[in-house]
Amino acid sequence: MTNIPSNLKYAETDEWFDPATGKIGLSDYAQSQLSDIVFVEILVEPGDAVEPGKAIASVESVKASAEVYSPVSGKVVAINGDLPGKPESINSDPYGDAWLIKVEGGKGDGMKDAAAYEKHCESRAQ
Amino acid sequence: MTYIPHSPKERDAMLATIGVTSLADLFEAVPAEYRFPHLNIPSALTEMEAADELAGLADANSTAGDDLISFLGAGAYRHYIPAAVDHILRRGEFYTAYTPYQPEVSQGTLQAIFEYQSLMTNLTGMEVSNASHYDGATAAAEAVNMAVANFRGKRGKIVVSPTVNPQYRATIRTYTLGMGLTLLGDDPTADLYAGPEALDSLIDAETALVIVQYPDFFGRLNDLSGFIAKAHEKGALVCVVTNPIALAMFKTPGAMGADIVVGEGQPLGIPLSYGGPYLGFFTSRKQFVHKMSGRLVGETVDSRGQRAYVLTLTAREQHIKRERATSNICTNQGLLALSAAVYLSLLGKSGLRQVAELCYHKAHYAAEQIAKIPGFGTCFTEPFFHEFAMCGPAPVAEINAFLLEYGILGGYDLGQDYPSLKDHILIAVTEMNSREDIDTLVEALREFSEEVGNA
Repeated sequence: MTNIPSNLKYAETDEWFDPATGKIGLSDYAQSQLSDIVFVEILVEPGDAVEPGKAIASVESVKASAEVYSPVSGKVVAINGDLPGKPESINSDPYGDAWLIKVEGGKGDGMKDAAAYEKHCESRAQ
Repeated sequence: MTYIPHSPKERDAMLATIGVTSLADLFEAVPAEYRFPHLNIPSALTEMEAADELAGLADANSTAGDDLISFLGAGAYRHYIPAAVDHILRRGEFYTAYTPYQPEVSQGTLQAIFEYQSLMTNLTGMEVSNASHYDGATAAAEAVNMAVANFRGKRGKIVVSPTVNPQYRATIRTYTLGMGLTLLGDDPTADLYAGPEALDSLIDAETALVIVQYPDFFGRLNDLSGFIAKAHEKGALVCVVTNPIALAMFKTPGAMGADIVVGEGQPLGIPLSYGGPYLGFFTSRKQFVHKMSGRLVGETVDSRGQRAYVLTLTAREQHIKRERATSNICTNQGLLALSAAVYLSLLGKSGLRQVAELCYHKAHYAAEQIAKIPGFGTCFTEPFFHEFAMCGPAPVAEINAFLLEYGILGGYDLGQDYPSLKDHILIAVTEMNSREDIDTLVEALREFSEEVGNA
């Protein structure tokens, strides 16, 4: 059962955004599709501007390589410096420990809520 | 004899399945007049005739070592290859092994590559090695790719010492064409008598990588520790191109603080051939491993807890990462990496040290003797390993033509790559040159010197 916390917003490309904290990460569905993550590289720095579609991180698993895109517009105020040292936390704690960046000024408009995202995941599972 | 394992009956059944009556029907799209073009090639030979013709071609060559006493180096060196290397290499399991993508049927190959990687990191003082590149030149070019990827394209300058092998510099120029990088320092008209510090002023906050060679193309050894520290102050990475035999005797680039160490592995049990195939080794600090191109073999445990080897961190490679990969390379020089691993295992640490010491002492004896000949002198003052430049009384081409009459393959003409080094001949001496060989060289050079009027 894929975990989809109701307080977060979700992008079609499987990033989550927390309007309360400004944090962005990868969803539980994404981490299970990627399998064991072995490498994370955060591509932006505090001070950088982001907009939807801009690559903010690169993740590598045992079998795949994927870019993570910002789901919102805003300014990066923090990046998770601990994450590159423990990439596996994306698999074990995608909504907590494994946040990627924190953005200021981001609004979740146009993103899916938990229910819509669950449908989106189910439709792909066919 | 037919080499295709289909019977006519099977072929007819397959043709029927796809709704075609004959094999010829499949080539309808090719106009009739182009189907069997006349090729202007000689008619077929029997195996005996072909073998004879090829042997004749081969005999027309003089071989360094067999026919000629060789003092030619400049990037490839004649070293003794123990018979056991070839014996192990030609085992069917190794000789015909394919890419080890399926670990369950490739443990032998994978373990051999893992051993090769371990030996190379040991030798260079680095933390991780890939499964090899095709040669030293492309390994050096891949260092550029690694550095550029490391800085995510934010640093665009590459500083290359002019004392790096000219062929490697040419390869780096080719590789970096169109990458939007600025190459600095790659200037054969620079003052070649200067030390590495001459590059200091070219290194700044935009520099991704500095590439130097140790021993350099002229055979000179410099302790690069201070130079590397200064480059690091500017945040640049440093790649040292090196000779693996020299590392048995001298301070490793790892101990000097290098970030990437690459070089030509040909001296490790690989014959000179005609310039290849050779072996590019590529080692670096562990922190850069995710930006390393090429294959990487890792050690792990299988589902039964047994030690096993696999190709690892494969998402780096371009068949997965595509345009975001560090490089297009996803292969290695399998058989020759194995040669190097076998050679190093057979010689061991002390054996390799012996080879290095023989090269060193013989080269210094040769340099000493040649320097006594009127008209000849050692060009540079720095310490050297097994190669040194001699300044002579005439163009190198004339000296080498004279030596050829004595059955000696002379040194490399540095003037062909460096306009300010005309009449500088680069002489290499290895454990394969006997004292008699060296004395013959000295004798011949003395005669040459007298002939051109330096009594």
